[in-house]
Amino acid sequence: MTNPAPAPAPVEIDEPVDDTRTEPDAPWIVLVWNDPINLMSYVAFVLQKLFGYPKEKADRLMMQVHQEGRAVVANGPRETCELHVFRLHEHGLWATMQHDT
Amino acid sequence: MAPLFRRRISRTRHGAYAVRLPSEERELLASLVDQLRELLELTTDDPSLRRLFPTAYHDDAERDREYQQLVRDELLERRLTALSTVEDSAGAAELDEAQLTAWLTALNDLRLVLGTRLDVSEDQDAIDEHHPDAPAMAVYGYLSVLLNDIVDALAEDLPPPTDET
Repeated sequence: MTNPAPAPAPVEIDEPVDDTRTEPDAPWIVLVWNDPINLMSYVAFVLQKLFGYPKEKADRLMMQVHQEGRAVVANGPRETCELHVFRLHEHGLWATMQHDT
Repeated sequence: MAPLFRRRISRTRHGAYAVRLPSEERELLASLVDQLRELLELTTDDPSLRRLFPTAYHDDAERDREYQQLVRDELLERRLTALSTVEDSAGAAELDEAQLTAWLTALNDLRLVLGTRLDVSEDQDAIDEHHPDAPAMAVYGYLSVLLNDIVDALAEDLPPPTDET
Protein backbone atom coordinates (compact mmCIF):
# COMPACT_ATOMS: atom_id res chain seq x y z
CA MET A 1 0.00 0.00 0.00
CA THR A 2 1.12 3.51 -0.52
CA ASN A 3 0.66 6.90 0.93
CA PRO A 4 -0.09 9.85 -1.32
CA ALA A 5 1.49 12.52 0.80
CA PRO A 6 2.93 12.86 4.29
CA ALA A 7 3.32 9.65 6.25
CA PRO A 8 0.65 9.17 8.90
CA ALA A 9 1.55 9.08 12.55
CA PRO A 10 2.76 5.60 13.47
CA VAL A 11 -0.07 3.39 14.59
CA GLU A 12 0.37 1.34 17.69
CA ILE A 13 0.24 -2.29 16.69
CA ASP A 14 -1.43 -4.73 19.01
CA GLU A 15 -0.58 -8.36 18.76
CA PRO A 16 -2.82 -9.86 16.06
CA VAL A 17 -5.88 -11.26 17.75
CA ASP A 18 -6.63 -14.68 16.35
CA ASP A 19 -10.33 -14.87 17.08
CA THR A 20 -10.97 -17.31 14.23
CA ARG A 21 -10.10 -20.35 16.31
CA THR A 22 -12.56 -19.73 19.09
CA GLU A 23 -15.59 -20.18 16.82
CA PRO A 24 -16.05 -23.79 15.75
CA ASP A 25 -18.78 -22.82 13.27
CA ALA A 26 -16.49 -20.39 11.45
CA PRO A 27 -14.36 -22.53 9.19
CA TRP A 28 -13.61 -19.86 6.59
CA ILE A 29 -11.41 -16.80 6.79
CA VAL A 30 -11.23 -13.72 4.57
CA LEU A 31 -7.75 -12.39 3.90
CA VAL A 32 -6.71 -9.02 2.52
CA TRP A 33 -3.30 -9.00 0.85
CA ASN A 34 -0.81 -6.19 0.57
CA ASP A 35 -0.56 -4.57 -2.83
CA PRO A 36 1.51 -1.67 -4.12
CA ILE A 37 -1.40 0.38 -5.44
CA ASN A 38 -4.17 0.81 -2.88
CA LEU A 39 -3.75 3.75 -0.53
CA MET A 40 -3.38 3.00 3.17
CA SER A 41 -6.11 5.52 4.01
CA TYR A 42 -8.42 3.91 1.44
CA VAL A 43 -7.89 0.38 2.75
CA ALA A 44 -8.62 1.44 6.35
CA PHE A 45 -11.72 3.35 5.19
CA VAL A 46 -13.07 0.33 3.28
CA LEU A 47 -12.59 -1.93 6.33
CA GLN A 48 -14.52 0.54 8.49
CA LYS A 49 -17.26 0.92 5.94
CA LEU A 50 -17.79 -2.75 5.08
CA PHE A 51 -17.34 -4.33 8.50
CA GLY A 52 -18.39 -1.53 10.84
CA TYR A 53 -15.01 -1.72 12.58
CA PRO A 54 -13.91 1.20 14.73
CA LYS A 55 -11.16 3.29 13.14
CA GLU A 56 -8.54 1.87 15.53
CA LYS A 57 -9.29 -1.72 14.50
CA ALA A 58 -9.43 -0.86 10.79
CA ASP A 59 -6.08 0.97 11.06
CA ARG A 60 -4.55 -1.96 12.95
CA LEU A 61 -5.68 -4.46 10.29
CA MET A 62 -4.51 -2.13 7.50
CA MET A 63 -1.07 -1.85 9.12
CA GLN A 64 -0.93 -5.62 9.53
CA VAL A 65 -1.63 -6.00 5.80
CA HIS A 66 1.01 -3.40 5.02
CA GLN A 67 3.72 -4.81 7.29
CA GLU A 68 3.03 -8.55 7.31
CA GLY A 69 1.68 -8.87 3.78
CA ARG A 70 -1.80 -9.96 4.76
CA ALA A 71 -4.41 -9.94 7.52
CA VAL A 72 -7.52 -11.89 8.39
CA VAL A 73 -10.29 -9.29 8.23
CA ALA A 74 -13.34 -11.52 8.75
CA ASN A 75 -14.39 -15.10 9.33
CA GLY A 76 -17.56 -17.14 9.22
CA PRO A 77 -19.55 -19.54 7.07
CA ARG A 78 -18.58 -19.84 3.40
CA GLU A 79 -21.54 -17.87 2.03
CA THR A 80 -20.91 -14.95 4.37
CA CYS A 81 -17.21 -14.90 3.55
CA GLU A 82 -17.93 -15.02 -0.18
CA LEU A 83 -20.14 -11.95 0.20
CA HIS A 84 -17.36 -10.19 2.13
CA VAL A 85 -14.87 -11.07 -0.61
CA PHE A 86 -17.25 -9.79 -3.27
CA ARG A 87 -17.67 -6.46 -1.48
CA LEU A 88 -13.90 -6.15 -0.96
CA HIS A 89 -13.38 -6.88 -4.68
CA GLU A 90 -16.04 -4.32 -5.53
CA HIS A 91 -13.88 -1.82 -3.62
CA GLY A 92 -10.72 -2.96 -5.41
CA LEU A 93 -9.05 -4.68 -2.47
CA TRP A 94 -7.04 -7.82 -3.02
CA ALA A 95 -9.09 -10.29 -0.95
CA THR A 96 -9.21 -14.08 -0.93
CA MET A 97 -10.88 -16.68 1.26
CA GLN A 98 -9.81 -20.08 2.45
CA HIS A 99 -10.50 -22.73 5.05
CA ASP A 100 -9.20 -21.79 8.43
CA THR A 101 -6.64 -24.53 8.90
CA MET B 1 -5.87 34.85 3.74
CA ALA B 2 -6.70 31.69 1.86
CA PRO B 3 -5.63 28.44 3.47
CA LEU B 4 -2.43 27.07 1.98
CA PHE B 5 -3.82 23.64 1.16
CA ARG B 6 -7.52 23.97 0.65
CA ARG B 7 -9.16 20.60 0.48
CA ARG B 8 -10.54 19.71 -2.92
CA ILE B 9 -13.50 17.86 -1.44
CA SER B 10 -15.25 18.92 1.74
CA ARG B 11 -18.55 18.51 3.54
CA THR B 12 -20.96 21.40 3.24
CA ARG B 13 -23.27 22.53 6.00
CA HIS B 14 -26.30 21.05 4.27
CA GLY B 15 -24.96 17.51 3.99
CA ALA B 16 -23.51 17.61 0.48
CA TYR B 17 -19.88 17.69 -0.62
CA ALA B 18 -18.28 20.69 -2.27
CA VAL B 19 -15.89 19.89 -5.12
CA ARG B 20 -13.20 22.48 -5.78
CA LEU B 21 -11.45 21.45 -8.95
CA PRO B 22 -10.35 23.58 -11.88
CA SER B 23 -12.02 22.80 -15.18
CA GLU B 24 -8.92 21.19 -16.70
CA GLU B 25 -8.82 18.64 -13.86
CA ARG B 26 -12.51 17.91 -14.33
CA GLU B 27 -11.91 17.40 -18.05
CA LEU B 28 -9.02 15.06 -17.29
CA LEU B 29 -11.20 13.01 -14.94
CA ALA B 30 -14.06 12.81 -17.43
CA SER B 31 -11.67 11.70 -20.15
CA LEU B 32 -10.00 9.02 -17.99
CA VAL B 33 -13.35 7.69 -16.83
CA ASP B 34 -14.63 7.62 -20.40
CA GLN B 35 -11.55 5.67 -21.57
CA LEU B 36 -11.92 3.09 -18.81
CA ARG B 37 -15.64 2.68 -19.52
CA GLU B 38 -14.95 2.09 -23.21
CA LEU B 39 -12.28 -0.48 -22.40
CA LEU B 40 -14.56 -2.32 -19.94
CA GLU B 41 -17.39 -2.36 -22.47
CA LEU B 42 -15.02 -3.95 -24.97
CA THR B 43 -13.41 -6.57 -22.75
CA THR B 44 -12.74 -7.53 -19.15
CA ASP B 45 -9.77 -9.71 -20.14
CA ASP B 46 -7.22 -6.97 -20.77
CA PRO B 47 -4.19 -7.65 -18.51
CA SER B 48 -4.39 -4.10 -17.09
CA LEU B 49 -7.87 -4.93 -15.72
CA ARG B 50 -6.84 -7.92 -13.65
CA ARG B 51 -6.95 -6.01 -10.36
CA LEU B 52 -10.61 -5.15 -11.02
CA PHE B 53 -11.58 -8.83 -11.11
CA PRO B 54 -9.37 -10.54 -8.51
CA THR B 55 -9.11 -14.20 -7.61
CA ALA B 56 -11.22 -15.20 -4.60
CA TYR B 57 -9.90 -18.73 -3.99
CA HIS B 58 -6.25 -18.88 -4.85
CA ASP B 59 -5.88 -22.46 -3.62
CA ASP B 60 -8.99 -23.80 -5.38
CA ALA B 61 -9.31 -23.19 -9.13
CA GLU B 62 -12.69 -24.90 -9.42
CA ARG B 63 -14.31 -22.80 -6.71
CA ASP B 64 -12.73 -19.69 -8.13
CA ARG B 65 -14.27 -20.40 -11.55
CA GLU B 66 -17.68 -20.70 -9.87
CA TYR B 67 -17.10 -17.45 -7.98
CA GLN B 68 -16.05 -15.60 -11.14
CA GLN B 69 -19.12 -16.87 -13.02
CA LEU B 70 -21.31 -15.76 -10.15
CA VAL B 71 -19.95 -12.24 -9.60
CA ARG B 72 -18.12 -11.03 -12.71
CA ASP B 73 -21.17 -9.49 -14.39
CA GLU B 74 -22.23 -7.85 -11.15
CA LEU B 75 -18.75 -6.45 -10.51
CA LEU B 76 -18.62 -5.12 -14.06
CA GLU B 77 -22.09 -3.58 -13.78
CA ARG B 78 -21.24 -1.79 -10.54
CA ARG B 79 -17.98 -0.45 -11.98
CA LEU B 80 -19.72 0.83 -15.12
CA THR B 81 -22.44 2.48 -13.05
CA ALA B 82 -19.83 4.31 -10.94
CA LEU B 83 -17.95 5.43 -14.07
CA SER B 84 -21.16 6.76 -15.65
CA THR B 85 -22.00 8.65 -12.47
CA VAL B 86 -18.59 10.36 -12.53
CA GLU B 87 -18.97 11.21 -16.21
CA ASP B 88 -22.35 12.78 -15.49
CA SER B 89 -21.15 14.71 -12.43
CA ALA B 90 -17.59 15.63 -13.46
CA GLY B 91 -18.57 19.29 -13.78
CA ALA B 92 -20.67 19.53 -10.62
CA ALA B 93 -19.85 22.03 -7.87
CA GLU B 94 -21.54 19.77 -5.31
CA LEU B 95 -22.06 16.04 -5.00
CA ASP B 96 -24.33 13.99 -2.78
CA GLU B 97 -22.96 11.03 -0.84
CA ALA B 98 -23.94 8.46 -3.49
CA GLN B 99 -22.21 10.48 -6.20
CA LEU B 100 -19.06 10.97 -4.13
CA THR B 101 -19.01 7.23 -3.37
CA ALA B 102 -19.12 6.62 -7.14
CA TRP B 103 -16.14 8.98 -7.49
CA LEU B 104 -14.35 6.97 -4.80
CA THR B 105 -14.96 3.68 -6.65
CA ALA B 106 -14.15 5.06 -10.10
CA LEU B 107 -10.97 6.85 -9.02
CA ASN B 108 -9.73 3.77 -7.23
CA ASP B 109 -10.47 1.66 -10.31
CA LEU B 110 -8.52 4.14 -12.43
CA ARG B 111 -5.58 3.91 -10.02
CA LEU B 112 -5.69 0.11 -10.10
CA VAL B 113 -5.61 0.04 -13.90
CA LEU B 114 -3.02 2.78 -14.28
CA GLY B 115 -0.88 1.36 -11.47
CA THR B 116 -0.99 -2.08 -13.09
CA ARG B 117 0.03 -0.65 -16.47
CA LEU B 118 2.86 1.34 -14.87
CA ASP B 119 3.83 -1.64 -12.72
CA VAL B 120 4.20 0.63 -9.70
CA SER B 121 6.01 -0.55 -6.61
CA GLU B 122 5.36 0.32 -2.99
CA ASP B 123 8.41 2.55 -2.69
CA GLN B 124 8.00 4.18 -6.04
CA ASP B 125 10.93 6.45 -6.82
CA ALA B 126 10.21 9.69 -8.59
CA ILE B 127 10.87 9.19 -12.28
CA ASP B 128 12.66 11.55 -14.59
CA GLU B 129 10.42 14.09 -16.27
CA HIS B 130 11.65 12.92 -19.69
CA HIS B 131 10.79 9.28 -19.00
CA PRO B 132 8.03 8.02 -21.34
CA ASP B 133 5.93 7.04 -18.29
CA ALA B 134 6.28 10.45 -16.64
CA PRO B 135 2.92 11.88 -17.81
CA ALA B 136 1.00 8.75 -16.77
CA MET B 137 2.83 8.71 -13.44
CA ALA B 138 1.82 12.32 -12.86
CA VAL B 139 -1.82 11.42 -13.51
CA TYR B 140 -1.47 8.46 -11.13
CA GLY B 141 -0.09 10.75 -8.43
CA TYR B 142 -2.88 13.25 -8.99
CA LEU B 143 -5.54 10.53 -8.67
CA SER B 144 -3.90 9.40 -5.41
CA VAL B 145 -4.12 12.84 -3.85
CA LEU B 146 -7.71 13.37 -4.98
CA LEU B 147 -8.78 9.93 -3.78
CA ASN B 148 -7.23 10.64 -0.40
CA ASP B 149 -9.28 13.84 -0.13
CA ILE B 150 -12.45 11.89 -0.98
CA VAL B 151 -11.62 9.26 1.67
CA ASP B 152 -11.12 12.01 4.26
CA ALA B 153 -14.46 13.62 3.38
CA LEU B 154 -16.44 10.36 3.42
CA ALA B 155 -14.74 9.07 6.58
CA GLU B 156 -16.23 12.00 8.49
CA ASP B 157 -19.69 10.62 7.75
CA LEU B 158 -19.18 6.94 8.46
CA PRO B 159 -21.90 5.57 10.74
CA PRO B 160 -20.81 4.64 14.28
CA PRO B 161 -18.92 1.34 14.46
CA THR B 162 -21.07 -1.79 14.78
CA ASP B 163 -18.28 -4.25 15.55
CA GLU B 164 -16.43 -3.28 18.70
CA THR B 165 -14.55 -6.55 19.09
